[in-house]
Amino acid sequence: MAESPFKADIERVEKELTEKMTPGAIAYIPGSSVINKTGSWRVFKPEFNKDKCIRCFLCYTYCPEPAIYLDEENYPVFDYDYCKGCGICANECPTKAITMVREVK
Amino acid sequence: MPMRKVMKGNEAAAWAAKLAKPKVIAAFPITPSTLVPEKISEFVANGELDAEFIKVESEHSAISACVGASAAGVRAFTATASQGLALMHEILFIAAGMRLPIVMAIGNRALSAPINIWNDWQDTISERDTGWIQFYAENNQEALDLILIAFKVAEDERVLLPAMTGFDAFILTHTVEPVEIPDQELVDEFLGEYKPKHAYLDPKRPITQGTLGFPAHYMEARYKVWEAMENARQVIKEVFEEFEKKFGRKYQMVEEYKTDDAEIVMITMGSLAGTLKEFVDKKREEGVKVGAAKITVYRPFPIEEIRALAKKAKVLAILEKDISFGSGGAVFADVARSLINEKEKPIVLDFIIGLGGRDVTFGQLEEALSIAEKAMKEGVEEEVYWIGLRKEIL
Repeated sequence: MAESPFKADIERVEKELTEKMTPGAIAYIPGSSVINKTGSWRVFKPEFNKDKCIRCFLCYTYCPEPAIYLDEENYPVFDYDYCKGCGICANECPTKAITMVREVK
Repeated sequence: MPMRKVMKGNEAAAWAAKLAKPKVIAAFPITPSTLVPEKISEFVANGELDAEFIKVESEHSAISACVGASAAGVRAFTATASQGLALMHEILFIAAGMRLPIVMAIGNRALSAPINIWNDWQDTISERDTGWIQFYAENNQEALDLILIAFKVAEDERVLLPAMTGFDAFILTHTVEPVEIPDQELVDEFLGEYKPKHAYLDPKRPITQGTLGFPAHYMEARYKVWEAMENARQVIKEVFEEFEKKFGRKYQMVEEYKTDDAEIVMITMGSLAGTLKEFVDKKREEGVKVGAAKITVYRPFPIEEIRALAKKAKVLAILEKDISFGSGGAVFADVARSLINEKEKPIVLDFIIGLGGRDVTFGQLEEALSIAEKAMKEGVEEEVYWIGLRKEIL
């Protein structure tokens, strides 16, 4: 399994960021939004069937977050920390390798 | 040597801006303030002021351009009045919330409807909750001085809030008075260069301004604005002292006049304070124990100063050119809340006066004073008194 491309950023921001309110609520650490795990907003979750995948990269290309990255074999990896469950990947997938299922916690 | 020139209040404001050397001025013309940007654009065109003069299509854009300039880290200035200030309304909150020390000159003018270009304070009073520091000038000299002071206070690291200086429409904006223009060198020393540590545009140090504040952070950001406004009390006092040392003119949060043995103190703001002092002189000659007080700084409201003043008098009579419909005068409300938990407090009376450019005459002041004298003996009859109303046409 490949690593999240945000891993280094997350580590850097978690190290540098303090929660102290600045004048004007200005954010001084670049890229600090990586620690805002927007995956919690999700209602539907993309489920991936590797057997159907033809590695066309359409899901990876269309993901607006981007919450899909590619592993060493160019299969998509879904980053559930940031995936908001918009379903664009499932809609674009030509082989129906991605299905949206209700998030259950 | 400082230069003395005879000039209108608007010119005094433009001179103040020139002396403060803002890098960006964005303004839209509106009566009675038009001459301020007009004069500044002349300074810029003549090469007397090295600044970007941005012509915009509305006041909303004028203040937005100032927000952009200030967020980029430079000193920004604008001027407006009345409907123009009202159009800026939403951006005023943003400027304060983003902690951008923009300074704005206001020719205090009434709000429509009916349409009216003359003086009252409804425009700035209606913006009292935006987080802007507010100064009110009594004369053209004060208009100039209080704009310089506004820059110094606004840019102090303990404050970092925008500030507006109001001076009455026509009574000051279009009336010529001798004004001392301070030496540029002294103003440079007084203000220094604006080098913000908190808000800037620098590709080498990327920051995010105008962030989203979730419920987990919004209240703390607002509290910081509150804290900054509280800090401004001390900073304003320090700046007033420094200004006096450098330029020889004294300013106070509340300026008292013949209040020491006064039974009745009449409180007001702006140019009306001049009329009021003359009126007090006249009544003193007649043996009436009356004094006057001028509120120079309305935000932050001078709570302690009002409390000290209240200890001296039996009646505080607030004369104000604004009205909050369904409540009363805004200044009255602030004075009242300053005194509400005091053990002993004077009677506080609310007089609405001089709206929409109606001249405030000695006759009207006599009327207010006689109501105050009666209230001292017999108690308060009305919540809000409208002075100088033409009852015959009502």
